[in-house]
Amino acid sequence: MEHRPLKPAADTREHLVVIGNGMAGCRAVEELLARDPNRYRVTIFGAEPRVNYNRIMLSPVLAGEKCFDDIVINDAAWYADNGIALVAGDPVLAIDRAAKTVMTRSGLSEAYDRLLIATGSDPFIIPVPGKDLPGVIAFRDMDDVDTMLAAADAGGDAVVIGGGLLGLEAAHGLSLRGMKVTVIHLMPTLMERQLDEAAGWLLKNALEARGQTILTGADTAEIVGDGKVEGVKLKDGTLIPASLVVMAVGIRPSVALARDAGLAVGRGIQVDDHMVTSDPAVLAVGECVEHDGQVYGLVAPLWDMCRSLADGLVEKPSGYRGSVTSTKLKVSGIDVFSAGDFSGGDGCEDIVLRDASRGVYKRVIVKDDRIVGAVLYGDTADGSWYFDLLKKQEDVSDLRDLLIFGQAFAAGGGAADPKAAVAALSDDAEICGCNGVTKGQVVSCIAKGAHSLDAVRGTCKASASCGSCTGLVENLLALTLGDEVQSGPKTMCKCTSFGHDDVRREIVAQAMRSIPEVMQQLHWTTPDGCSSCRPALNYYLLCALPGDYVDDQQSRFVNERLHANIQKDGTYSVVPRMWGGLTNPTELRAIADVVEKYNAPMVKVTGGQRLDIFGIKKEDLPAVWADLNAAGMVSGHAYGKALRTVKTCVGSEWCRFGTQDSTGLGVKLERMSWGSWMPHKFKIAVSGCPRNCAEATIKDFGVVCVDSGYELHVGGNGGIHVRATDLLCKVATEQEAMDHCAAFIQLYREEARYLERTAPWIERVGLAHIVARIVDDEPGREALRARFLFSQSFSQDDPWAQRAEGAEAEHHAPMARFTPQEELA
Amino acid sequence: MTATAEWLDIGWVDQIPVRGSRTVQVEGGDDIALFRTAEGKVFALLDRCPHKHGRLSQGIVHGGAVACPLHNWRISLSTGEALGDDKGCTPTVPVKIDGGRVLICRASTLKAAA
Repeated sequence: MEHRPLKPAADTREHLVVIGNGMAGCRAVEELLARDPNRYRVTIFGAEPRVNYNRIMLSPVLAGEKCFDDIVINDAAWYADNGIALVAGDPVLAIDRAAKTVMTRSGLSEAYDRLLIATGSDPFIIPVPGKDLPGVIAFRDMDDVDTMLAAADAGGDAVVIGGGLLGLEAAHGLSLRGMKVTVIHLMPTLMERQLDEAAGWLLKNALEARGQTILTGADTAEIVGDGKVEGVKLKDGTLIPASLVVMAVGIRPSVALARDAGLAVGRGIQVDDHMVTSDPAVLAVGECVEHDGQVYGLVAPLWDMCRSLADGLVEKPSGYRGSVTSTKLKVSGIDVFSAGDFSGGDGCEDIVLRDASRGVYKRVIVKDDRIVGAVLYGDTADGSWYFDLLKKQEDVSDLRDLLIFGQAFAAGGGAADPKAAVAALSDDAEICGCNGVTKGQVVSCIAKGAHSLDAVRGTCKASASCGSCTGLVENLLALTLGDEVQSGPKTMCKCTSFGHDDVRREIVAQAMRSIPEVMQQLHWTTPDGCSSCRPALNYYLLCALPGDYVDDQQSRFVNERLHANIQKDGTYSVVPRMWGGLTNPTELRAIADVVEKYNAPMVKVTGGQRLDIFGIKKEDLPAVWADLNAAGMVSGHAYGKALRTVKTCVGSEWCRFGTQDSTGLGVKLERMSWGSWMPHKFKIAVSGCPRNCAEATIKDFGVVCVDSGYELHVGGNGGIHVRATDLLCKVATEQEAMDHCAAFIQLYREEARYLERTAPWIERVGLAHIVARIVDDEPGREALRARFLFSQSFSQDDPWAQRAEGAEAEHHAPMARFTPQEELA
Repeated sequence: MTATAEWLDIGWVDQIPVRGSRTVQVEGGDDIALFRTAEGKVFALLDRCPHKHGRLSQGIVHGGAVACPLHNWRISLSTGEALGDDKGCTPTVPVKIDGGRVLICRASTLKAAA
């Protein structure tokens, strides 16, 4: 780089020295020149040996879409034409405010009248072992890009630490350059600052489809290698090979120079509305500053700051008032937009539009009739419109119904009646894109007697797949029938227009694999569901994907999360399993010891022939379980939508009336069925004779032994609505009784709605259906039984044992303890 | 626990599971429940439902609310108010995040113990 003479003779103008040849520093000078080109003599110091370039365009350079020359903002001629002295590649190391000079690395000293600090920000390097190995770099300047390009030429594996914007751009570029890329992100979803959970999930899926490996919730332990980087080791022990590691976990305002010079520094260099620091002769602008408590890492605020700074420098102060920011960008070719506050909260209302076929997710957050935030994924055309409404704080109550469809729709219709809009459609207008159903077809289907949403879905299939046209179909029903519209079956909850059966059918038909996927594909109207639909979806997925689905603990009710029963005072009760209601001295001693050791105030014999230990504190649960495990006892699942107990009578072994070994069969049934998750709790009993001492005819599955074999009963309930069982069939052998039981449980697991006991389920579908599936169809029964046993091969791990050994300790221990007496002392 | 004049340092944000909760035990008083939403925001409430004093920390967190484990009342995490048709309010505790650490207001915490 050419070094121009620093002090042209006889220049008596005030000297403005700028530290930082980046986007902020040069933009500030441009703004100044636009106001008064002759006011100051200007010298710019830059740490990099280059002219001023557009740092946010480094990603396209890495991706091979642009070269360095394309991203230069101001070339050498600009400096020359405007009489600006550029000192590039010689960073300023110190500021002497008393002498009003700056000192560079090469020893050059330069006096100033006004000093502008525009040092930007530094990449944050996480302090793990190996961070200084050759091959570990940040993604901040052109040198980093050159390093990445050289590594990509050699091929191999790259790891990008950080799944924020910068990290994903680095990953995209390296991937395009032919490297096998793994992104490690500490947070559960990508780009959590800009995107909500739903959009972050969509992005992860899209990037994985492009061949990148994305590890969320992954914490880096160390970077390994001998003399150069060879891989990254995670805290869970996973080792990922890598010849290049890019750290893109975040940036920090670069404040070292300012701090050393004694300027006021908080998170950034503190400035007033005119970008003046605590020293009136020193200004600061860009990512290195803190204004009104805010630090910015985006370009738009920087332009606002530079305008106010220049106004101040020519003594026409305007004053910077902070910036409301939005992010609109392409991540690996995927359009993403966010603005404002999308964390929700009180009085906030979410308007959500999901279009699974186009891969679109839109969410606008409205509070007091004003837009306070927006997240758009896949279609960002209306981002600037939403941002404009947000910034202007415009009342959107008139647009409310059409807001989510975008400006063209909302502005065109204004406050138009959505029903009128549907009425105006021609008969061949397509209503349901998934199933290719026109308005004419829907109307004729309604005319032929489909008087509810569900009936329309059942006959012409409109809105039966993704549900995005539900509103249109409902309007057509209202237009055609007036008040005669029948309400359909209950929807799962307020988050969806679908009922339980529809959701289950589509989970299987579309091979869905996670809760966010179901919510996207079926157009959930809330970002993350509610306490009704989340546990149901978690169960449906668990049932559809045995051994494969990763259970979402946060979508379970507390009892299933803590494997104990919460009581009204916040303590828990613990019920160890006693197979078939049998116990022995070792188990009884262990229970007695636990009761004494943990001061349990009550022990009770339950209706299901178990012992229930009450009043155990959440923190003590793992230790209680360890003690019970030591005596050979496992979780009794008294807390779960699962097999609870198998109640038995003593049977032929002792009883003078007993016809079969009812206790023995009870134990076998319990060993087969324990640990399985079901739509609701499930109780079994085996009675040794028709006197039925085990009360088998009010259980979900009951066996009554007779001389000639076993009567199998189903659908009993002893709760609010007492219901005696229906007789399913009679079988001759224990094995047949077991096989029918397994098949029945699996049919219940696959077909009943979440939180539906067997009694209402059988009343809904009819006993004939159950008989047809379990009794009449032997191959079908065998297939059901096989599916149940396959699923059981993954579910018979004692959850108590895992936790007694320390798994998921965070569920039990408080995060901190606070003792006011000590604090006050 | 490191203490400053006004704020109590509780621990790292990522010790609280997303869409989950952890508690701070307060000697001689009600626990304080810390919540972390899907969007990563952290809130603190007294761990006591206004209805029948259920432990809110054990509920399901969705959107900006938590469903009480005892009777499914929905409580706003930001105001502590019961949502929907239910009426009642749980005291909130001011929280701030500094450098990844969760800090809660000392005065409100002392009040919980009183």
